[in-house]
Amino acid sequence: MSRSGPVAAYGPILAVALLLAMLPVATSANTILNSMVMALLIALAGQGWNILGGYGGQFSFGHAVFFGTGAYVTALLQARFGVNAYVAFAAGIAAGAMVGTILGYLSFRSGLRGSYFALVTLAFAEVFRILANATAFTGGAAGTLVKLDVRPENFQFSSRAVFFWIALGLVTAVMLGVRFMERSRFGAWLVAVRENEDAARALGVDTLKVKIQAITLSAGVTAAAGGFYVQYFLFIDANLAYGTWISIEALLVPIVGGLGTVFGPLIGAVALHGLAEATKAIAGRIPGIDLALYGSLLVLAIAFAPNGLQGLMAKIGRGLSFGRAP
Amino acid sequence: MSGPLLSVEGASKRFGGLLAVDGASFTVERGSITGLIGPNGAGKTTLFTLVAGFETLTAGTVCFKGDDLGRMPPHERAKRGITRTFQIVQPFAGLTVRENIAVGAHLRHAARGEALARAEAVAKRVGLGDRLDQPASGLTVAGRKRLELARALATEPTLLLLDEVLAGLNPSEVRDIVPVIREIRDGGVTILMVEHVMQAVMSLCDRVFVLAQGRIIAQGTPTEVTRDPAVVEAYLGHGAAARLASREVARG
Repeated sequence: MSRSGPVAAYGPILAVALLLAMLPVATSANTILNSMVMALLIALAGQGWNILGGYGGQFSFGHAVFFGTGAYVTALLQARFGVNAYVAFAAGIAAGAMVGTILGYLSFRSGLRGSYFALVTLAFAEVFRILANATAFTGGAAGTLVKLDVRPENFQFSSRAVFFWIALGLVTAVMLGVRFMERSRFGAWLVAVRENEDAARALGVDTLKVKIQAITLSAGVTAAAGGFYVQYFLFIDANLAYGTWISIEALLVPIVGGLGTVFGPLIGAVALHGLAEATKAIAGRIPGIDLALYGSLLVLAIAFAPNGLQGLMAKIGRGLSFGRAP
Repeated sequence: MSGPLLSVEGASKRFGGLLAVDGASFTVERGSITGLIGPNGAGKTTLFTLVAGFETLTAGTVCFKGDDLGRMPPHERAKRGITRTFQIVQPFAGLTVRENIAVGAHLRHAARGEALARAEAVAKRVGLGDRLDQPASGLTVAGRKRLELARALATEPTLLLLDEVLAGLNPSEVRDIVPVIREIRDGGVTILMVEHVMQAVMSLCDRVFVLAQGRIIAQGTPTEVTRDPAVVEAYLGHGAAARLASREVARG
């Protein structure tokens, strides 16, 4: 894959993006668009997680800390200081990335790996949640509202289709960026860190630096999902921003879709959200039924499709072509 | 430049109550293959990791091209030109042979295409040219040892540290890989090797240092050290040298 030309590398991403962009033309049903915007938002959060977890092998259980920081900074700059929405959104991404750098420096410098790293990220997200819930500046438990003023210059749109296209644009941009990363020295070093840290060090890879760069990128992308969430719902509170729900969704979609692949998070998000909607339609309003389903799917994915849906499809494809071979 | 490429002076490493390396000193001359041998537990691998920077010295110095390396981390030593291999091979199992070697090549080549091209050239040099697109996890033990060698070589080292690259190979595999190592040296890379396979040490090394219980007990050419009574005793126990000598006298 890494030796193929740019058309083979970037073409499929653009093709998928164009195809998806037709969706609002095909349907104007708000429920479908709404569900698709949420799926894309989760895909974006998952893309962030995938950079660190999928490519770098550092499994975070607290990506909410980046999502929430992106969300709160976007909301508070507008609500408290009257900053322009786009500037606030950019600041949210930067703040999320910065939290990533700090968290990465603290945990990777002390050599935390595996479950220890996961626990530390979880702890950070919880501390941020409790603080945001208790501080007056963030609106405490009541949360923060962004003033409703539907104008494009406020990053507010009356049409869900526009939000859908923006979300799709963000997801596509990240897919292109991740593909670029895959084909770069940084990408090769990051994967080397995932596969074997000692061997990477022996070959001249500054593993600490690579991991900190990865968590910074990863955090920035997930923070963008948080900022987008605020613009879409114009409201944020501590449980939405820093709750474990988003940490779980962010890690679930790449694992189900395909860990360390460009399309994994998008495939996982669309598949999981489609399934969740279908379950709700069939099982009715049993609270938490979709979460129970997510749990069982995760178990199934890890047990039978460790490379996610994408790997499963490739395996089936190979099986069929072997069948045809003489 | 004059002086040895690598000189280790009074290197010591303590792990809690154990003094694994005890004031060891040795040098590696430019363009040589230098061997580090000794019985199991002598501290060879520890001494090796000290040179590569994976452990820090308790006392002593490691000088490369005349500069004290101090506490320099491994990746910076690799940039300076010291690359090690691992006794227990550490492939990037999820990657292909080509991608594995390219990680090493990236040290000196930022562009992906260039690194991949370098990887291909290095793979051919060590005899992995026909397995470039195989996953590293699918290689045999001998194949993995070659991969370990190729990756290190791709960093374009000045000093290559080989930690038992021949261990676990059968005699015919050893015969195949010995000329590869010699060719690497002839290509201008200085080699320091820890090795148990004496057949290879005898045929490859210009100079050998013998380590026992953390101390250098003998040095010289391979033939000299194998005749050294202190070396024989270190391997076979106290009094062994005398017993062997008397047996030879008895046989006439």
